[in-house]
Amino acid sequence: MASTTSYTLILLGSILANNILLAKFLGMCSFIAISRSMRTAFGMGAAVTFVTFCTTLLNYAIYTGVLRHGSRFLPAVDLSYLSFLIFILVIAGFVQLVEMVLERFMPSLYFSLGIYLPLITVNCAILGVNLFMIDQGLIYDFAQTAVYALGSGLGFWLAICLMAGIRHRLREADIPLPLQGLGMAVIITGLMAMAFMGFTGMVN
Amino acid sequence: MAALQNSKPGPMGIIRDALGKDNPVLVQVLGICSALAITGLVSTTLVMGLALMIVTSLSCLMVSVLRSTIPYRVRLMVQMMVISVFVILVHLYLRAYHLEMSKALGPYVGLIITNCIVLGRCEAFAIRSKPLPAFLDGLANGAGYALVLLFIAVIRELLGGGTLLGHSVFPASFQPAMFLKTAPGAFLTLGVVVWVVKSIWPQTGAAPNHEG
Repeated sequence: MASTTSYTLILLGSILANNILLAKFLGMCSFIAISRSMRTAFGMGAAVTFVTFCTTLLNYAIYTGVLRHGSRFLPAVDLSYLSFLIFILVIAGFVQLVEMVLERFMPSLYFSLGIYLPLITVNCAILGVNLFMIDQGLIYDFAQTAVYALGSGLGFWLAICLMAGIRHRLREADIPLPLQGLGMAVIITGLMAMAFMGFTGMVN
Repeated sequence: MAALQNSKPGPMGIIRDALGKDNPVLVQVLGICSALAITGLVSTTLVMGLALMIVTSLSCLMVSVLRSTIPYRVRLMVQMMVISVFVILVHLYLRAYHLEMSKALGPYVGLIITNCIVLGRCEAFAIRSKPLPAFLDGLANGAGYALVLLFIAVIRELLGGGTLLGHSVFPASFQPAMFLKTAPGAFLTLGVVVWVVKSIWPQTGAAPNHEG
């Protein structure tokens, strides 16, 4: 049985050493586009963390319950080739559902978070976490997957907030014209990734 | 993208814009998610670029053919499903005939589904264009993406490992910059490429303001 240490390792590993954004390159589009102000970056990070956590657990249940060979409900049929389609449908459907629930019951949260929700469906980080879950042939059990999904989401949240902070400072900086915008953002990301590489030894 | 909305360029115009002044990676800031992960080696990059060209062009074609039957409100969902189907086909083909390559690419083939280029072209162009221009637009944008990726991959493999497609190029005394093979190296390479491109052609996309 997995011990508490292993959970801590998975959590720290997915937040710091294997940061979904800085080490696995996922979620870059929204990371670059949304990280201009701290408020929006914070909202986006929160939304991504929440959706990643929930959809990964849902998809874990679907994958082990129905899709894979020897699954609980359809053991004789191997439907794992459908995983891409099912995963993205679950994510899109879940995002739609969250949007409707928030609009109906928590309008204030909806207006602060709502604009990011449609963008989340095509955020590679979320599908990425879902695919990494099955890529190594389900190395984690349910609880470990939950910790991994949470850590990955938190890692994205941390990275996007750090980036927003740095970009805030950069407004005063004198950047060469060709480097403004995308060029600078990518180079800063590279420097951040370098800093995060320092965590590798800590976890492994 | 804006250029395509204002005027209707001919087939050659579509291809030229997608490779150059509307290049999806460098100008529109689309699809850089996977643009970096697989550029450590030229061979994986070639396969990825080819896969993306196939998926983008066929998805655009399919969305364009179906454009009058797709209900407006659920169009994103339908587009995602069309894209997923083509990605699954590519994934199964790689698994069946090129297992080593499929393992090397890992989950990044599946991540073509959320590559913003594919959905972006379907949503911005294919959904209201005739099939042939839509197909060409998808193909050209895929090619524009592949071109940038290939450029980055050549830099990273050549300087980071001293090889090109697995053959060593430099004399044995060459000390490869291992740093370029790591994640930060990929980011810095892309940053510098963007910098160089924008210095040479300053008019290419002043400030990226596309979200997503």
